[in-house]
Amino acid sequence: MEAVFAVVVGIFFAFAIYLMLSKHTIRILLGVAIMGNAVNLLLFASGRITKEVPPIIPPAGDILGAGAANPLPQALILTAIVISFSFFAFLLVLAYRAYQDLNTDNTDEMRLAEPEDQPLPPLGY
Amino acid sequence: MTMDVTAMTFLMLVLPFVAALVAPPLTRALAQNAAWPLALAPAAIFIYFARYIPAVSNGDVIQGGFAWVPQFDVTYSWIIDGLSLTFLLLISGIGTLIVIYSGGYLKGHPQQGRFLSFLLMFMGAMLGIVVSDSFLMLFIYWELTSITSFLLIGFDHKREASRRAALQALVVTGGGGLFLLAGLLLIWHVTGISSLSALLASGDMMRESPYYLAALILVLGGAFTKSAQFPFHFWLPNAMEAPTPVSAFLHSATMVKAGVFLIMRLNPVFGDTGVWETVLPVFGGLTLLIGTFIGLRQTDLKLTLAYTTVASLGLLVMMTGFGAEGAVEAAVLYLIAHSLFKGSLFMVAGGVDHEAGTRDVTRLSGLGKFMPITFAAAMLAALSMGGLPPFVGFLAKEEIYYALAHGDTWDIVFTVVAIAGNAMMFALAFGVALRPFIGEPCVVPGPHHAHSSEHEEDTAAGSDHGDKSHTVHEAPLMLWLGPVVLAVAGVLAGIFSGTFHTLFSSPMSSAIVGAPVTLEISAIPHISLPFLLSIITVAIGIVMYLAADRLRTLADNTLTAIGWGPDKGFDQFMRGVVRLSHRVTLTLQPGKLEIYVTLSFVFVAAILLVPMTVYGEWPDMPAWPSMMFHEVMIFAIAIIGLFAVALAKGRLTAIVSLGIQGFAVAVIFMLYGAPDLSFTQFMVETLSVVILALVMTRLNLQPTDHRPAVHRIMDASIGAACGLGFGAMLLKSTQVPFNTMLTEFFNAYSKVIAHGHNVVNVIIVDFRATDTLGEIAVVVVTGLAILALIRIRVPSAKPPLKDNPAEAAPETQ
Repeated sequence: MEAVFAVVVGIFFAFAIYLMLSKHTIRILLGVAIMGNAVNLLLFASGRITKEVPPIIPPAGDILGAGAANPLPQALILTAIVISFSFFAFLLVLAYRAYQDLNTDNTDEMRLAEPEDQPLPPLGY
Repeated sequence: MTMDVTAMTFLMLVLPFVAALVAPPLTRALAQNAAWPLALAPAAIFIYFARYIPAVSNGDVIQGGFAWVPQFDVTYSWIIDGLSLTFLLLISGIGTLIVIYSGGYLKGHPQQGRFLSFLLMFMGAMLGIVVSDSFLMLFIYWELTSITSFLLIGFDHKREASRRAALQALVVTGGGGLFLLAGLLLIWHVTGISSLSALLASGDMMRESPYYLAALILVLGGAFTKSAQFPFHFWLPNAMEAPTPVSAFLHSATMVKAGVFLIMRLNPVFGDTGVWETVLPVFGGLTLLIGTFIGLRQTDLKLTLAYTTVASLGLLVMMTGFGAEGAVEAAVLYLIAHSLFKGSLFMVAGGVDHEAGTRDVTRLSGLGKFMPITFAAAMLAALSMGGLPPFVGFLAKEEIYYALAHGDTWDIVFTVVAIAGNAMMFALAFGVALRPFIGEPCVVPGPHHAHSSEHEEDTAAGSDHGDKSHTVHEAPLMLWLGPVVLAVAGVLAGIFSGTFHTLFSSPMSSAIVGAPVTLEISAIPHISLPFLLSIITVAIGIVMYLAADRLRTLADNTLTAIGWGPDKGFDQFMRGVVRLSHRVTLTLQPGKLEIYVTLSFVFVAAILLVPMTVYGEWPDMPAWPSMMFHEVMIFAIAIIGLFAVALAKGRLTAIVSLGIQGFAVAVIFMLYGAPDLSFTQFMVETLSVVILALVMTRLNLQPTDHRPAVHRIMDASIGAACGLGFGAMLLKSTQVPFNTMLTEFFNAYSKVIAHGHNVVNVIIVDFRATDTLGEIAVVVVTGLAILALIRIRVPSAKPPLKDNPAEAAPETQ
C-alpha cells in the first residue's frame, strides 16, 4: 500500500511546488495549502499503512489489538494540521494586506524591502 | 606554591585588561593625572617579570598555564624564555612610559579615558602574543592586537584619513592573521603539535615535512603583514594618523615587531633551510632600501620616523634569516636598540608637535634653546640610531657588519644593502633629532592648548594664521620623561654591555638559535672590518644629512615618476571588493521572490535526486497492491482535485478544487485508521475554503496562470523533479525495516500509566503535552499577528494627504 502513497505524495508535492513557483500570491497560497497535505501524507505513510483499525485500546485489554494503526505519526500529523492551518491563515491575511497596500498580487512588483536599481554603496572610508 | 605562581602570572597577563576597564572612570575623576595610577599596571607587570631575569639568563624556560579545551588539546599556556622575557620587559617597560606620556599628550582631550583604555587593551594583547605557547592563544592575541590597533589608529574617527588608515591596518594585518591561522593549523595537522614549546622540541620534523613550504609561506604571510615588510609596508606610515603615543608604542616599539618575534620564535624549527635564508634576507633587504628611500622624501617628523621603522623591520627580518654566524645576535641587539631609540624619537616628535604646533621639519628650527631636555633626549636617541659608540645602536651595527661581511657575492650584496640602509637611517635620524633644534628660532603656530584631537591637517594647513610669534616652552614632565628614560637606557645598555648581554641579549639569542649563545661585543671601538664599515656608514650618513634637501627632491621625483604604489592599490582593491559584492548581491538576490523560490526548489530536487543517483540508492520497484474500488476512487478524486486547482480558470473554481483535494485527504485518513486526523482535516479544510472564498471575493484577482508556456514547462519540471524525489524517498524509507520502539512504548503505557484508550490523544495531551502547549502558543501568536495585520494600517505606499489631515485620519484607524 505504501507504493500507492508514494506515488500520490509525489504528485501532491509536484503540484504544490508548481503552484508555489508562480508570481501571484494567490497561487502561491494554494500551493502552500497543498504542500501541507503532501507533507502530512508523507508522514502518515512513513509510519506504515494499516487498514481501518484506529489506534484505540479496547476496554478489555491493556494494549492495542493486532493490526491497529501506528498512533505516533497520527499524533504528529494532528499537530502539523493545526499549525499549517494557522500559518495558512496568516499568509492569507498577509497576501490580502499586501494587495491592499501595494495594490498588486504580483511578487515581482513587491519591491519595498529590495528596491530596484539599488545604488552602489559608498566607496569612501 | 606552583599554583600561586601560575595564578600570579595569569593575573599579570590579565592586569592590562583590568586597567583598561577602570581607565575611563578614573580619567573622568582625575583627568590627565589618571595616567600615573594607570601606569602602575604595566610597571607592576615589568617588576613581576623582571624577577625571572636571573633564572632565564641561566637558560631556564618557565612554562605554565591551564587546560582550556582538553578534548581538542587546546590550552591557555605560556612559555617564558629569553625571547619572550625580553619582549615582556620591553612591552611593559615602554608601556609604562607611554601611558604616562599619553596623560600629557592628550591632556584635556574629551576621550582621553577611552584612549588609555584602548592602549592598555593593546598592551594586554601584545603581552599575550609574546608569552603564548598554545597556537590558538597566539592567534587570538595576534588578532586582538590588530583590532586594538584599528581602534587606536581610528581614534580620531571624525577624519576620513584616520578611518582609512585604521581600516587599511586592519585589513592588512588582520588578513595576515588569517594566513597565520591557516599556517598554524597546517602545522598542527601535519605534526599533531598544538603548542610552540612542543614544536620547538620537535627538531627537524617540520623541515622534513612535505608541507614545509606551504606552512612557511602561510606563517610568513602573517609575519610580513604584521611587520610591514615590502610589499605590505604601506599600512605602517598611514597608521601615523594615530595619536603619537600610539605611533611610539604600537608602530615602532612593539606591535610591528610581532612579525619579527614570530620569525624569531620559529627560527629553530623553520630556519636553516635554503628557502628561509633566501626569502627573509631578500624581502628584508628590499624593505630596508625602500623604507629608507621613501623616508628621504618626507618632511613630517612622524612620517620620516615611520619609514625608518619600516626600514628597521626590514633589517631585522634580513638579519634573522641571514643564517651567518652572529646574524641572529645582530638582530637581537638591533631589535632592543630600535625599541629604545625609536620609541624615544617618536615621543620627541610628539613633544615637538605638542609644543610647537607643527611637525613639518622645514618649518622648525632653533627649538633646542627652548626645549633643552627634549633636545638632549632626541640627541641621545639619534646617536644610538646612527650607531655611534658607546650607544647600544653601535653594538647592533657592529654585530650586523660582523655577521654580513664575509667573502662571497651574496654577503657583499647584503653588506652594501646594509651600509646604504644604515647610512640613510643615520641621515634621517639626525634630520629628526637635530635639525628642528638648531639654527635660528623660527615662528611656529604655537602649542596645542587642550587640543580636542590630533588635527594634523589643521596644523599643516592652517598654521599660517599664527601671526603672533609664540614662545615655545619645554614640554611638561609627562612628555619628556619617556624619551629621556628610553634614551638613557640606550646609553646604559651600551656602556654596561657585559651585564646587558648576560641579562638580555645572550638569553634571547639562545632562544632564537635554539642553542646556548654568548654575546661579547662591547662599545669600545677596536680596529676591525666591522668598525671600518661603521665609519664608512657614518661618513655617508653625514654627507646625506647635509644633502637632505637635494635627496628629498630626488626621492620625490623618482616616486612621482613611479606613480602607482601598493597604497593606491589598496584603494583600488577596496573599491573592487565593494563593486564585486554589490554585483554578486544583485545577481543572487535580485529582489524577485520567484527566483528565490525557484532556486530553493531546484536545490531541493538536487538534494533528493543526486545522492540517490550517485550512490545507486533508488527504491526497489514495488509490487502493486490489490486495491478496493473505493480506495482507487478516492485517490483519483484527490489527484483530479489537484489538476483542477492548477488549471482553474476562475478563482472560485480554484477554491472549490482546493476543497476537493483536502476532503479527499480527509477520507484517506479515515480509510487507513486515523479517524482523529480525518475529523480535524475536515474542519480545517472547511475553514480554509470559507476563509479563502471570503478573501478572494473581496479582491479582484485572477488566479489563472499568467506564465508563458516555456516558463510553465520549466516550473512543471521542477515540480515534477521534486515530486519524484519525495515519492522515491518515501518509497525507499518504507522499504527498510520499521523501527517500532517508540510505537511499542506508547502502546504499552498509554492505558497502564496514562489511563487513556485513544493512544493518539494520550500522546498529544499527556506524553507530548509540552509540544502541544507549544503548538497552542504558535496558534495564539499567529492569531495575534493576523489581528495586528488586519487592525493596524500603515499609511505607507500612498503619499499622505497633507492638505487635509482630518480626512486622512479615519483611514488610519
